[in-house]
Amino acid sequence: MGKTLFEKVWDAHVVAQDEGAPAVLYIDTHLIHEVTSPQAFSMLRERGLKVRRPERTFATMDHSIPTRMANATDVIPLEMWGTEQATQVQTLRKNCSDFGVTLWDIAGEVQGVVHVVGPEMGITHPGMTIVCGDSHTSTHGAFGSLAFGIGTSEVGHVLASQCLLQSKPKTMAINVSGQLSAGVTAKDIILAIIAQIGADGGTGYVFEYRGSAIEKLSMSERMTICNMSIEGGARAGMIAPDQTTFDFVEGRAHAPKGDDWTRAVAYWKTLPSDPDAVFDREIHLDASKLEPMVTYGTNPGQGAGITGHIPKESELENPAHQRALSSALEYMGLSEGQAINGLPVDVVFIGSCTNGRLEDLRQAASILKGKQISSGVMGIVVPGSKDVRNKAEAEGLDKIFTDAGFEWRGAGCSMCLAMNEDKAGAGKYVASTSNRNFQGRQGPGSRSLLMSPLMAAAAAVSGHVVDVRQML
Amino acid sequence: MAEFKTLTSTAAPLRVENIDTDQIIPAKYLTAVTKEGMGLGCFSNWRYLTDGSDNPEFSLNKPQFQGAKILVAGRNFGSGSSREHAVWALTDYGFRSVIAPAFADIFYNNSLKNGLLPVVLPEDVVQTLWDTLEANPNAEITVDLPSQKVTLPDGSSVDFQIDPFRKLCLLEGVDDLGYIMKREAAMNGYEAKRPY
Repeated sequence: MGKTLFEKVWDAHVVAQDEGAPAVLYIDTHLIHEVTSPQAFSMLRERGLKVRRPERTFATMDHSIPTRMANATDVIPLEMWGTEQATQVQTLRKNCSDFGVTLWDIAGEVQGVVHVVGPEMGITHPGMTIVCGDSHTSTHGAFGSLAFGIGTSEVGHVLASQCLLQSKPKTMAINVSGQLSAGVTAKDIILAIIAQIGADGGTGYVFEYRGSAIEKLSMSERMTICNMSIEGGARAGMIAPDQTTFDFVEGRAHAPKGDDWTRAVAYWKTLPSDPDAVFDREIHLDASKLEPMVTYGTNPGQGAGITGHIPKESELENPAHQRALSSALEYMGLSEGQAINGLPVDVVFIGSCTNGRLEDLRQAASILKGKQISSGVMGIVVPGSKDVRNKAEAEGLDKIFTDAGFEWRGAGCSMCLAMNEDKAGAGKYVASTSNRNFQGRQGPGSRSLLMSPLMAAAAAVSGHVVDVRQML
Repeated sequence: MAEFKTLTSTAAPLRVENIDTDQIIPAKYLTAVTKEGMGLGCFSNWRYLTDGSDNPEFSLNKPQFQGAKILVAGRNFGSGSSREHAVWALTDYGFRSVIAPAFADIFYNNSLKNGLLPVVLPEDVVQTLWDTLEANPNAEITVDLPSQKVTLPDGSSVDFQIDPFRKLCLLEGVDDLGYIMKREAAMNGYEAKRPY
């Protein structure tokens, strides 16, 4: 029997496997950031350990840093940050310096959301194992790597040993066929998948997204899909590497060069799942039937198409789902049966590791060009990285956003998790291109409506949720 | 790591599904560079009113559930962010075990690394347990790891599953790192033959 992409990558990284114990799995690349690493470095110091492979460890600052600009190129200086945020950043600087880890500092040329910067710098390759103390590490699976989020204890294990003890997950094939129609994007594919399987439908599995609709996607779109695997309960989601993948990686700072490149590509071409490989579970989705998706609840599985409506409790069979719906709608201030089209919007957030890349900003700008955001709506655009920011400015996208009435910010996680000062406000509805609509996720009392950059831009102009296809 | 063998305690019911780690510990508490004191932020969005006082309606604030070392919650507990701060918050608050019909993967793993025992029980058992605990808050539950049994307030017991390796680690209070570090030779051998 053939092997799946996941099994090939897994098998290639098992260092040791005792009977009845989890595998000792080798980790090729370890990404760290300021929020989930300090306690791990403290553990190293307590036990007198070193970082085993500093050259395989890369740090940046993204979660808690401010994105408000002091001038055209720099975010507000450290003295104006919250004390604890400043301490976290200083702690990361010291830890990286003490342990010899590469740091992409907010004060430098390269910096941004860890899952945007990694691929940009060419450190994400097919066939790798990649971990980070962040659940959206699944993003890197877009390259055919096995990439997943870990806790801080495990961050410490990887720093010290470059290995993790892992039990082998099951595999789920998510087959997406058909052609997306205009105005429907990768974000809508993943929101539709999660709405279909539920927020815990993938628990215990690694997803492989495959099929003709997936093969046509760009790397940026593939990253959007793999990014949200965790919102369907799967720690990792993968897409088979192909020419689109190789073209993206080639020539980047940390990409293999010369003969190494040739050898690498030859190896990467062996990775796609064999034709006779068997998955533990398979599901199917027809991309041609999808419409723009919007979430209405407090978990990412609570989403519906733009022409649809919020379900009624009586339409759900499972009492747990009924309870989840009723508590979600109470928090969201929405009613069962309410139409998705026309849901209120106060704040628009364009950014995050899900949709903060250049292609996402181009899409949002295509809707906003020559238009104004609705009065009463506050909008911020937060590029995923400094590189995204610079390239967007070179294309004039920043001008489109600011002319429309958006704030143009520095790179970071920002209002995706509202750890810094970027918060939506209690009771406010946020049309957000991010990944989580949990209670208070975008600031205490905030109410998130997850959608694509196209839909968020359309909502900004209209002042409520609207079908972007009418504006194309 | 704290070892876990047997725990007998009152239990607090939290009749909510999909409790994500943003609810267990909101982002504003993640700016710390240590693990200490996370209990203060545990469920803070639900536990405190906007003026900072305790929300009397929230289950954990009710006097009868003070001191409970077991939390009984709905399915998909611990979903979302990988923040281990969620586990540190629960243990610092005083919990040693969480019972739910299902857990999110990363949270489940993080719990095991901190001596917090996640116990998966069937949905109907959890449902009945909520009713029992709300009617009789003094009822005690015993979670026994060696026999993998939960003894319910009515004296009946339910088996639960746990990976044998993880069970051993919890019983002995040992963490993964010691086990991994003994594989130095295997790691060196592996690194010497990387594909490119």
